Amino acid sequence: MKYAYYPGCSLHSTATEYEETTRTVCATLGVELAEIPDWNCCGATSAHATNHLLSLALPARDLAKAEQMGLDVVAPCAACYNRMAQTIHETKDNEVLRHKVSQVIGAEYQGTVKAKSLLEVLAADIGPKVVEAKVQKPLKGLKVAAYYGCLLVRPPAVTGWDDAENPQSMERLMTALGAETVDWSHKTECCGASLTISRTDIVAKLTHDILDAAKAAGADAIVCACPMCQANLDGRQGLVEKTYKTQYHLPVFYFTQLMSLAFGKEPYKLGFARHSIDPRELLHSKEIA
Amino acid sequence: MEMEVLNLTAVGPAGAAFAAQVGAEAGTDVFSCYQCGKCSAGCPISYAMDYQPRQIMRLVQLGLKDEALKSSTIWLCASCATCTTRCPREVEIATVMDTLRAMARREGYPYKERNIAAFHRAFLNAVAGGGRAYELGMILSYKMATFELIKDIDLGLTWLRQGKLKFFPERIHGAAAVRDIFDKVREIERKEVAAQREGRPVAHEGTEGHS
Repeated sequence: MKYAYYPGCSLHSTATEYEETTRTVCATLGVELAEIPDWNCCGATSAHATNHLLSLALPARDLAKAEQMGLDVVAPCAACYNRMAQTIHETKDNEVLRHKVSQVIGAEYQGTVKAKSLLEVLAADIGPKVVEAKVQKPLKGLKVAAYYGCLLVRPPAVTGWDDAENPQSMERLMTALGAETVDWSHKTECCGASLTISRTDIVAKLTHDILDAAKAAGADAIVCACPMCQANLDGRQGLVEKTYKTQYHLPVFYFTQLMSLAFGKEPYKLGFARHSIDPRELLHSKEIA
Repeated sequence: MEMEVLNLTAVGPAGAAFAAQVGAEAGTDVFSCYQCGKCSAGCPISYAMDYQPRQIMRLVQLGLKDEALKSSTIWLCASCATCTTRCPREVEIATVMDTLRAMARREGYPYKERNIAAFHRAFLNAVAGGGRAYELGMILSYKMATFELIKDIDLGLTWLRQGKLKFFPERIHGAAAVRDIFDKVREIERKEVAAQREGRPVAHEGTEGHS
């Protein structure tokens, strides 16, 4: 199984542990990643909040490169994935728009490749059975709240690979690793994402609600598949605790970190030291790491 | 709270044209909305908005352009698409918010949420410059624009120490090609705005693309 790999900007900066463990997990499961040469930023929220054509053209330049490689795209970042899927969706049956986009990017974009999130590839294409067979160190006794946020599963007309209100892919993967998952209310609530810098108060409120719900459901930790979700839930947790005079101490993992751990990889190679809420104490207490 | 009075008789044909334009650009039927309020009940940020998403839809239907484009709602919307997902009439509300934001910017409306607009500008300037987002540079230029100099310094320093923020941007070989995308988009937009001012029809190829 081979994909055109689109890391996206966050995986080269705030989410390097997601990038490293993505490569580890894919290598273990035989998913070959061919990085799109000289890829550019997808434009994220800022592009589609500013100009519709720009929001299609930026991902289209990357998609056109993937077309030349003849490979479907896999993106670990939920936002990058969503922007690519959106571009494919909007241009699919619209030749005029596809032509306009091609002119803007100075290359022919035909719309022949698909874009998938890494979670979809690992949970649906590879599947929990294959994952389970690779587990060397089951995550016994670890109770996680699987958090999808907004962009992985919404809007369903664009994404459509898991339920938009109650997705289960990540739960199936976590169960395959030997972890326990909790049923909870906020798995697809939004963390506020890019408002984190401009309206930190809103992100603190939304993050507080999510952390509160995870804690109430009895989770030891949250597991996610998006660099913005991780940055907000982990990086802003201290601020939330201070603002709302409460204590959570909930580590926030990337699902690929927990997969790597269960596959028997050395814990010190998984980027735990780069978390704001250090997860190592929890992992020690469960005798997982 | 005193009820706001909106003058509907003054709206006229310009209002109808506005509603039609929003629908065409967003590729969704704004008149399908029957005001059930499901979008607003599910919106995680509605508590902070001056108009609920449902009310924005009604403003659009009524052609109350100024009220819609001057709202804080269009900027606060985080594009999480809970509204679009749950709308029983399949109105793409999150896309309507995108359209209204783009329109407000294009037509020079004052931003109700200046910091959010400043963030988007800082983000896109970084991408236009080197082809990829550059967090540290983006944050610094955002701070210069908003004078929010002290805020988040502790998290910023932690992230620098952890290597999560890089001191230098990643500049791709195709940076000029990406710059070119921005220039071409701006040129197309300039022509479309001019055509609109002169009353010539603007083709919105977004229409059929949405399903």
